[in-house]
Amino acid sequence: MCGIVGLLIKQPELRPSLGKLMVPMLIGMSDRGPDSAGLAVFTAPLPQPQRQYSLYAGDKNFPWSKVVKAFQGNFGSRPQIQTHGNQAVLVTDLPPVRVQGWLKAAYPLLHLLSTGRAIALYKDAGQPQAVAERYDFQSLQGSHVVAHTRMATESAVTPAHAHPFTAGEDFCLVHNGSLSNPHQIRRQLEPLGIDFETDNDTEAACRFLEWRMREGDDLEASLHQGFEVLDGFYTLLMGTVDKLALVRDAFACKPAVVAETDAYVAIASEFRSLAHLPDVHQAHIYEPAPEELYVWSV
Amino acid sequence: MERVTFDLAQVPLRQVNQFLHQVSGQTAPKTVAILNPDGAHNIAVGLDAPIAVEIMGHTGYYAAAMNQQAQVTITGNAGTGVAENMMSGQVRVKGFASVAAGASAHGGLLIIEGDASLRCGISLKGADIVVGGNVGSFSAFMAQAGCLVICGDAGDALGDSLYEAVIYVRGRIKSLGADARIEPMAAADIETVGSLLHQAGFEYHPQEFQRVASAKQLYHWNADANQEY
Repeated sequence: MCGIVGLLIKQPELRPSLGKLMVPMLIGMSDRGPDSAGLAVFTAPLPQPQRQYSLYAGDKNFPWSKVVKAFQGNFGSRPQIQTHGNQAVLVTDLPPVRVQGWLKAAYPLLHLLSTGRAIALYKDAGQPQAVAERYDFQSLQGSHVVAHTRMATESAVTPAHAHPFTAGEDFCLVHNGSLSNPHQIRRQLEPLGIDFETDNDTEAACRFLEWRMREGDDLEASLHQGFEVLDGFYTLLMGTVDKLALVRDAFACKPAVVAETDAYVAIASEFRSLAHLPDVHQAHIYEPAPEELYVWSV
Repeated sequence: MERVTFDLAQVPLRQVNQFLHQVSGQTAPKTVAILNPDGAHNIAVGLDAPIAVEIMGHTGYYAAAMNQQAQVTITGNAGTGVAENMMSGQVRVKGFASVAAGASAHGGLLIIEGDASLRCGISLKGADIVVGGNVGSFSAFMAQAGCLVICGDAGDALGDSLYEAVIYVRGRIKSLGADARIEPMAAADIETVGSLLHQAGFEYHPQEFQRVASAKQLYHWNADANQEY
């Protein structure tokens, strides 16, 4: 079991309240996923060529100032950095390949959670409430958020195995369910130079869909490919720079409920995570049908 | 005591369910209203008294499960397994019902005014279900006894591996499951559907429905079938 949570704010004046609206949704799904929690929040994209990098360090007292100094020593430019204990978001206008290569070589134990112009990612092991407090999810602002509470069924409980997973830039995916062919997908992708970071089944779905989009499919076409290739049970919720997308497998064993008003689209595994939202009783509430695409744009 | 109201925003669900389990006899309230269900699981499960329960909103998993005698109304939508294993009484959902509505129910009547999701009436064992809207795939899978009346359309694999339960469908059937077949409506079918529609409060004509029942080809193992089912 796991819990999925998504929220897309339609009215720009509500975007400063994204975190406040979302945290009770996440905590509401704690029974479904008490092991770990995480989220990806999307804001207005940074101007080109800037990118932001979400970084995770195991140590709560990680010396982020030394990373900034080393970065400056190596590249001759100073990145902006926002730190939240053992997580940090670093912003620079250097090419991503150079930044990622340097991070890997200079700080092999730092985990790069996401790269993009709009995405920031936080995930960790622990009760959802504790994770939300650790990273002050309440204060998050933005246009949309993809969040997850995890009850591990097929791979270890570690921060790296927590959701969301990312691949490429400004793309993330959370999953409730279990895939039966992640190794097959992995064997298809690895010879193409696509590296995996964990043995988690969800990572295979994430990298497969991102690979399809890099090959020229749009999000919708890649999801149709996903229906053909992904075998198992899944409700998948994805975020891109300007979209939120939701799909369920043909058997629809893994739940999802959508509540839509003029102000927001809210998604959760169960209604109890939506009950606190403003005007939810006037919302259009429905269950997404199996093997249908649900895509909302910012 | 005519009517008792509980607000789940104020009172723990366990307390409400314990109250419902203890009511009986002459002091029993005629109606218990439950406010702010907000998708909580297991609301009004295991009742065994002739009372009316009104749940004012949306319920989570297994609402009114194992019901006996009680008349339970859910004014909103119901989560997974509403009225599963019901023995008697009546459960009415005014919104839509999620997967496995009425699963394994032995008796009583489940009415869903909106749509029902996949596996509605799975393993039905004698209860009757009337759905005002559509049902999802695999509905009445391995249903053993009772009736499923569908006023809208049915999804894939309707009535797969049916036993003695009978399905009546007013709309289109996307596909029939293994061993399910369409049969002519007899006078007794018209009467059954008419009675259930009347109890549910739907004004359709029983003549508009088709009967789906088991061809009974799966009742005995056929070694020559070459695993085709």
